[in-house]
Amino acid sequence: MRRRTGLLELRVNGKPVRFGGPPFTRLLDVLREELGLTGTKEGCGEGECGACSVLLDGRPVNSCLIPVCQAAGRRIETVESLGTPASLNVLQQAFLNQGGAQCGICTPGMLMTAWAYVRGGGSSDPAAIRRELAGNLCRCTGYQHIVNSVISAVRSRRRSLAKKRSAPKRAPVRRRRPAARPRARRR
Amino acid sequence: MAHVVGTSARRKEGPEKLAGHARYVDDYRIPGCLHGVTLRSSIARGRIRRLVQDPGFAWDEFVVATAADIPGQNVVSLIEQDQPLLAASEVRHALEPIALVAHADRARAYEALAHIQVEYEPLEAVLLPEQSEQVFESFLIERGDVAAGLAEADLVVEGEYSLPHQEQAYIENNGAACWFEADGTLVVLASMQCPYYVHKAMKPIFDLPGHKVRVIQAVTGGGFGGKEEYPNLIAGHAALLARKAGRPVKIIYDRHEDMLATTKRHPARIHHRTGVKRDGRLVAQDIEILMDGGAYVTLSPVVLSRGTLHATGPYDCPNVRIRSRVVATNTPPNGAFRGFGAPQTLFAAELHMERVAEAIGLDSVAIRRKNVLRVGGVLAVGQVLHESVGAEAALQRCVKLSHFKDKRREYARWNWRNDLPTWRGIGLALVHHGSGFTGSGEVYLASKATVALTRAGEIRVLSASTEFGQGTNTMFAQLAADSLGVPFEWISVETPDTSRVPDSGPTVASRTCMVVGRLVRSAALKLRNALLREHGHVPHTLRRLRKAALKLCGDDLERHFEAQYERPAGMQWDDETYRGDAYEAYSYAAVAVDLEVDKATWEVKLAHVTSVQDIGTPINPLLAEGQVVGGTAQALGYALLEAPVYKEGVMLNAQLTNYIIPTALDTPEMEIAFVEAPYSNGPFGAKGVGELPMDAPPPAVAAAIHNATGLWITELPILPERLAAADRRRQTPRARR
Repeated sequence: MRRRTGLLELRVNGKPVRFGGPPFTRLLDVLREELGLTGTKEGCGEGECGACSVLLDGRPVNSCLIPVCQAAGRRIETVESLGTPASLNVLQQAFLNQGGAQCGICTPGMLMTAWAYVRGGGSSDPAAIRRELAGNLCRCTGYQHIVNSVISAVRSRRRSLAKKRSAPKRAPVRRRRPAARPRARRR
Repeated sequence: MAHVVGTSARRKEGPEKLAGHARYVDDYRIPGCLHGVTLRSSIARGRIRRLVQDPGFAWDEFVVATAADIPGQNVVSLIEQDQPLLAASEVRHALEPIALVAHADRARAYEALAHIQVEYEPLEAVLLPEQSEQVFESFLIERGDVAAGLAEADLVVEGEYSLPHQEQAYIENNGAACWFEADGTLVVLASMQCPYYVHKAMKPIFDLPGHKVRVIQAVTGGGFGGKEEYPNLIAGHAALLARKAGRPVKIIYDRHEDMLATTKRHPARIHHRTGVKRDGRLVAQDIEILMDGGAYVTLSPVVLSRGTLHATGPYDCPNVRIRSRVVATNTPPNGAFRGFGAPQTLFAAELHMERVAEAIGLDSVAIRRKNVLRVGGVLAVGQVLHESVGAEAALQRCVKLSHFKDKRREYARWNWRNDLPTWRGIGLALVHHGSGFTGSGEVYLASKATVALTRAGEIRVLSASTEFGQGTNTMFAQLAADSLGVPFEWISVETPDTSRVPDSGPTVASRTCMVVGRLVRSAALKLRNALLREHGHVPHTLRRLRKAALKLCGDDLERHFEAQYERPAGMQWDDETYRGDAYEAYSYAAVAVDLEVDKATWEVKLAHVTSVQDIGTPINPLLAEGQVVGGTAQALGYALLEAPVYKEGVMLNAQLTNYIIPTALDTPEMEIAFVEAPYSNGPFGAKGVGELPMDAPPPAVAAAIHNATGLWITELPILPERLAAADRRRQTPRARR
């Protein structure tokens, strides 16, 4: 979406951003190099490892495979949109408590994929979580603590949503199947 | 004071990593920085006649460096001085670095590589270890009399085992940024495990004294051994370009280059000949090991050493002979990878144990209990185990937790039926893994660690032990906190920077917790004593600590309390005869793997893994469990998925697209338990944990597959096509038994 300025306009972590470089620049490079959002990592550059996962209109994509022109006019969320070190969000806090991060390089991408799942009302079923995370490789954790982290985040979020509604009866939690992911799952 | 050792204290640097604030080497924006790229050999072996730069190309935009630009020695110092930083007159393996190019635009730098031609005089390459005549290192370990043992045996069982390369596949590729300060100091900022290895390697290349080289660890996205020695090379390259350019230079490999060019696990062929008595007692183990070192020595002698010292498995056999060698081939050098030779030899030892058990008619558990190392047991090198031997306890616990015996019965019934789509199996393995450097290695390292108290009342741990996911920072802070008797939150752990931290040796060999952790504890105790002397007690509030710190520091900004490695009393090792106490202590693990094999496709589906370890006292159970689960997943990849394909000395599938590492769906649920046999010299009783989880899963998988299908698959990885081929070779199913 090119507006009158001739620049690409995106919305990154809630802020409008303009990009004037070649339209086929990888979204990953625009985030890291133009915008200084180095939380998003490159692991393989071919859409296999998921370290560069960001949310595009709420759904996880590999930003190494997305030309920036494809993201124009759309909502992009990176790890920087979650909490800060001093005030982690519910998912980040769960990763800290459950040992979901080790070397930390896959973590931002893993968090974004998991965040789309948790926010979308995903269930705490470990098999469902594993299916959801199958596009994000981690070589440190063996995934178990990551799965535990997501389960814990799903539960905390449910508790806090229930509390917010503060209905006399415990509010039913809305469950929705997460949106289909736009990238192929491995194996 | 509540104790923090033994609790799952939260990862120190966790919040930074979780918020995306942690800075890995490629996340640094360095003003004026150029990007470096590497021109590599296209042939496996040959002489370099000349390098020709395309005269029509705009070379004035670029910085080009070759061996001729090296101010000091063209060598990457490690055990031997055989590997050049850049090949000058000959290449010994495909992808060997020959020249370097830097440009402000990374894409432009890559473009330039096509404009340099290398003229070679090709020589015949040796690609298979069996064909090599150049031996890097060999060992002979003997205990008792193998010939007599074999003669005395009721049965002799032979087996041949074969293991491939394995790629570390850390998710952050290798990378380094280098620059020279105005005073001529070389600064290296890189993803690495061993800052002082890089420090040592830079000195001769640039002919610099130690104080003119400063090495800083960037946050490191996984290592697994792959960032033990390789950063020496990439840092040397970036620094050489930086020197010539007069500007900072960053080299960040992409995945393809990283997988093609960097070190991998040593492929190995192992032969076992085992004599056993009718009651299951081992009376002879005759073992031969051949490893492929690749084109340069790198760490091959020590990899072979660790592999050799673990080759018998955790058993006490009176007659042992182990003959091992690692040879040169014209393939990219192999190097450190979690386990360091032991996963190869333990795969052979443990799968062979299953075959011995079957041959003699005993079950997997009984034969192990008959021979397992206990306190008082003796290893092939003559080491007597005086304490902290949890092998049998781990085995028993694992058998119980995995319902091993019930499952064996249940699966026998399942596999009998013809109407079911799968076979099921459960298999187990038992391993040991020595903590720390081999033999007198720790004495030579003479590692140091420091605890510093600043005038502002901060307590800081200074060591060269790096954090790359294992939990070094957190574990050190726990050790220091409890040694001092102060809250965990009071302790900070500095990122290794050789201008600040002492040489604690490399972050490898399952040594960080047991060896360096012990030094951290000693240094913290020294600070504690100083506080007691000055203050009468250890302050309970930060305000009081600051007061005490002002007194203790005097006019200095900080006061250092340092501890240095001392060999535990009674430990002996002879490098000449290769006999004595090979490792201070051993950790043990028993693993049971429960799986299913599809009768039509031969696909293996892992159902469950039970893993029980004796690592002494786990300092942080959550982090220790993270090591175990993660290492097990990596080992399951080695067992079932990771199949590097080589042609003419080049890896063909150097991509995550076709070199398959486990995803969340390939990794089963695991049950992890610890049986604690504390080690008296370990900090709070701890032993090593990092490498142990890599050892047991592959033989347990192979044993489970045998239980399911009746097939012995002696070569990793166990791919469906390998199973199908083994089935075709088997004439009529189960007829020969």
